Amino acid sequence: MKNSMRESLARLANHLNTGRNPYVVSISLLVVGTALVYLSPRSILAFLVFAGATAMIYFLRMNKTAKLALAVFVAVVLVPILGARNIFYLEVIFQIAVFAALSLGLNIVVGFSGILNLGYVAFYAAGAYLWGFFGSQQAFLLHEIPGTAPLDTPFLLAPEWFYVFVLLGIIVAAFVGLLLGLPVLRVRGDYLAIVTLGFGEVVRQLVNNLDKPLNLTNGPQGITPIQKPTLPQGVVDAFNAVVGPLVGNRVTPSQFYNIVFYFIALIVVLAAIVVTHRLDDSKIGRAWTAIREDELAATAMGIPANKLKLAAFAVGASFAGGMGVIFAASRTFVSPDSFNFMQSIGVLTMVILGGIGSIPGVIIGAAVVIILNLQVLQSFSLYLTQLRQSDAVIPILNFAWKDLSTQLDPAKYQRLLFGLILVLMMIYRPAGLIPASRRIRELKGTPDASVSDGETNGDANGDAPEEADDDR
Amino acid sequence: MRIAQLPVSVREIVKPIGRMVVFVVGAGAVFSAFMVLLALVFKGSAADRLLLESMDVGILPYTVSILPQVLIDGVTLGFVYAAIALGYTMVYGVLEFINFAHSEIFAIGAFAGVEFLLFMERLGILAGAGPLFAYMLLMMAVLAGMMASGATAVIVERTAYRPLRGAPRIVPLISAIGVSFVLQDLIRLVESLTSGQFHRIFPTFGNFDDRVSLFAFEMKMGTVYVDIQVKSIVVIVAAVLMLAGLNYIVNATRVGKAIRAVAQDRSSASLMGVYVNGIISFTFLLGGALGGAAGVLYALKFTRIDPFIGFFPGMKAFTAAVLGGIGNLTGALLGGIVLGMLESFAGAYLTTFTMGAMGAEYKDIIAFAILILILIFRPSGLLGEQVSQKA
Repeated sequence: MKNSMRESLARLANHLNTGRNPYVVSISLLVVGTALVYLSPRSILAFLVFAGATAMIYFLRMNKTAKLALAVFVAVVLVPILGARNIFYLEVIFQIAVFAALSLGLNIVVGFSGILNLGYVAFYAAGAYLWGFFGSQQAFLLHEIPGTAPLDTPFLLAPEWFYVFVLLGIIVAAFVGLLLGLPVLRVRGDYLAIVTLGFGEVVRQLVNNLDKPLNLTNGPQGITPIQKPTLPQGVVDAFNAVVGPLVGNRVTPSQFYNIVFYFIALIVVLAAIVVTHRLDDSKIGRAWTAIREDELAATAMGIPANKLKLAAFAVGASFAGGMGVIFAASRTFVSPDSFNFMQSIGVLTMVILGGIGSIPGVIIGAAVVIILNLQVLQSFSLYLTQLRQSDAVIPILNFAWKDLSTQLDPAKYQRLLFGLILVLMMIYRPAGLIPASRRIRELKGTPDASVSDGETNGDANGDAPEEADDDR
Repeated sequence: MRIAQLPVSVREIVKPIGRMVVFVVGAGAVFSAFMVLLALVFKGSAADRLLLESMDVGILPYTVSILPQVLIDGVTLGFVYAAIALGYTMVYGVLEFINFAHSEIFAIGAFAGVEFLLFMERLGILAGAGPLFAYMLLMMAVLAGMMASGATAVIVERTAYRPLRGAPRIVPLISAIGVSFVLQDLIRLVESLTSGQFHRIFPTFGNFDDRVSLFAFEMKMGTVYVDIQVKSIVVIVAAVLMLAGLNYIVNATRVGKAIRAVAQDRSSASLMGVYVNGIISFTFLLGGALGGAAGVLYALKFTRIDPFIGFFPGMKAFTAAVLGGIGNLTGALLGGIVLGMLESFAGAYLTTFTMGAMGAEYKDIIAFAILILILIFRPSGLLGEQVSQKA
């Protein structure tokens, strides 16, 4: 029964995915999604349909030019217009872009070269604080106590330097990655994970405490204001003149910044995708895979393992550094709280969910986690608040929603979300939602297990003493 | 009579206690000597002058005068770390796997104990408790913590680690990180549903907050009193008893022999008729129970707990386990004491010696720095054998 249903579903999917059908499907889905979001800008379901339609472009069997054209159309035309109607969507998409770049970076470290880095957010912090320091008044406040900045302090650099600092952030973070990597890569495996965790925490604590003797980071209060790049004259008006009728409301300059940062983040993500993709197919990428699979054998084959692992660290870090600069400018505020251990694990969750080593996987992973985090949990929170204000009662338990503790706010339960994703993925689908082809063998343990079955490693479950499972 | 001639059961009680005394005295002596030396070096420096100006005391007498208090705090903290560290080290010894969720198991113990005491308080039992009854209640709270934590540890092992036992090492580690996050929020969920807030305060009862005056000595700046809180004594005594008990179980009982066998070679042990899965569960139970007890003691010492308290003590206890040589029970003890001392010394002296440029906040950084340095330069720790470098 179940099988026949699955079969007919598969046949249907196959039918929709051959010939001219995928084009019809994707375009109609997009139209429906766009219409839904356009008509009800506050509905989360509508946004999910739109996001799903966008993701479908990747999965359907179409020719590359068509895919690219559709993707560009969505990214350049649809998203800014829909986002201008409800700025919150742009915020969500911006965050997806930021974390997609971070996941791509971590993916190089964890997925390609097999180093579990639990302190990845340190590189992000390096970028953010780089622009945080040079793009704010902090350089003139070195001897001030945090919170006592004189009102007329000038800014150190002109806002246009932002673009230079995106590049500088990439370079500096790569350099920090090298610095951390040099000592750290002496250890391996789970010890390495703990060492990187330690480094991440040390960086956060340093940032937290470097308000004396020299006030470099303004301590736990964080640095604010940080400059945004200035907009060219008349851009906002031009935007309003062109798409204003479609948007329906005038876009203010501060809202327009969301669109600008969306495009900047998009460019960085695209660059990250291209770099990752090229690396994956290159000699270096194959060497990374070799190191991941068996470092000893790789070294014996003449692969300079340490150099390449350092390179992975640096490249991975550089994505985070660039995004850090963008993040600092878009928030105009950086504080140590944004760079805690949970952020590192959040990025790791995205990589694991999407599929370690898989480029489309980690992007989807980032999107899913961010949407769950920012929208689904949030709306669940709103729903609970509504229930609390109503007179509704849970029938059988006779529990009035009014009495529900106000501390119970699902939006704050990100740890539960991350944790559950990590555990469930590790047990049921260690290769991720969209597994990387190279990764399948390693994680499944057996040479030719297929990807699609979501089986557990049930054989280790039995009471029988398992075979020597040391993986050396 | 030599220790080696004692019967095993007696020997395994005397030996660990003797070791603890040696470690405490040794670490205390080393740290004190280092501090006094440092003070001598700093004599006449800017830090010295600042101290003379502000408090009218030289850096050397100042260092000496707060030394006993710092030592006492360090030992208390050290035993808490050691008790947590044993959980990490036992699991690592048996499975070669870092149980990242152990810090939350510790937090669950703290919450179970505190919730038990708060329940007693609501019943009105706590307020009128006499001294003897207060200790009994505390003991029951510790037991509650041990049971809750032990049970959680076993359940976590069964659900989240056992299915992954054959997988590459990175996989169960990621799962453990996930479990750690899930447990943090589960504590928070349960607490916010039942009590409306997620931090809890250890209720005051009995004479745990009293201070016992130990001795006083005359300095130029006046009489310095050295005292110890009753709860610090309770923490130390309880921790010593538990550590000795654990050592006894592992080294002098049948089940302990099985644990050691599984740690040495799992497949051979199973061929010899050891029920491997049962022993692994038992290891988690032991380590978890010890962590839970440490949680209650931690709550007693520091009063305020929240679902995220586990992270820092957990990381430091892990550092302690690594410092002593992971997989090695004695090493965890030594590591815990050294780390506790170090933290207490850093917290007490860093501000003075750096003239306020670096405060007590840096103690966390120091702990992590030690973890990193040890892992990089001597991954086998102070007492460990050479561990394999293979991932």
